[in-house]
Amino acid sequence: MIELTHESLDPEKVTAKVRLDTNGAVVTFLGTTRDNFEGKRVLTLEYEAFDEMAVKKLEEVRQEMMAEFGLEQVAISHRIGTVNIGEISLVVAIGSPHRKEAFYACHKTVDRIKELVPIWKKEVYQDGSRWVACEDHEFPPADQPAAEQESAHRHAH
Amino acid sequence: MARQFVSRAILLYVMTTATGTTHMELNVRLFALYRERAGRSSIPVAVQDGATVADLTAEIRRQLPNLAPPEVKIVVAVNADYADEDIVLRPGDDVCLIPPVSGG
Repeated sequence: MIELTHESLDPEKVTAKVRLDTNGAVVTFLGTTRDNFEGKRVLTLEYEAFDEMAVKKLEEVRQEMMAEFGLEQVAISHRIGTVNIGEISLVVAIGSPHRKEAFYACHKTVDRIKELVPIWKKEVYQDGSRWVACEDHEFPPADQPAAEQESAHRHAH
Repeated sequence: MARQFVSRAILLYVMTTATGTTHMELNVRLFALYRERAGRSSIPVAVQDGATVADLTAEIRRQLPNLAPPEVKIVVAVNADYADEDIVLRPGDDVCLIPPVSGG
């Protein structure tokens, strides 16, 4: 029910895992990679994970959501490695007897993943890159050595 | 005579304490932003026996002052779980630094 993979994600397959005859609702969320950040064109995204802990934390989120919302089944697949623009990086599928819980749980599952799971994404631009941080943990501009590296990188192009 | 004995005893005690503390070396793994800033995927960090997560991050900030700005808390995972600052580290612990996460 939990999957970390370098392969492209198939939402149909992930959704099929939560289809039970006791369910009246299935909600599937797809996280897809966006082509811009503050007016800059994003060429590609690079995902990195602390695999062992990420799988453990995804399972914790899954168990937490099933208990909180009385769900029948939850499946989560996250892609790592290089993900091109417009591709799917995350699939969350929720199977529930009723739709209200399914919608709430899906929203909260994604929030918890973004808060808790040790996975990082880097946006790659024409002229550099940036590790994306949760908005409330945004790092200030890079310090001196990082700035030097970046300018060296720019000169190389 | 007695005073001399006492001072010798104190001296001996101080010496034992000074030399009796042992260090352990932990291999601290780095990911994403921290890995790139440090230029490597792990760093050896020596701390005293009984050191806590807070002692470890203080030592890491001393060794790598540019890893994270002072206002950003360095989050630590011990044996693949988030560890509070007062957790005591043991030799052989799997210690990883977790930069702000951004999955999804």
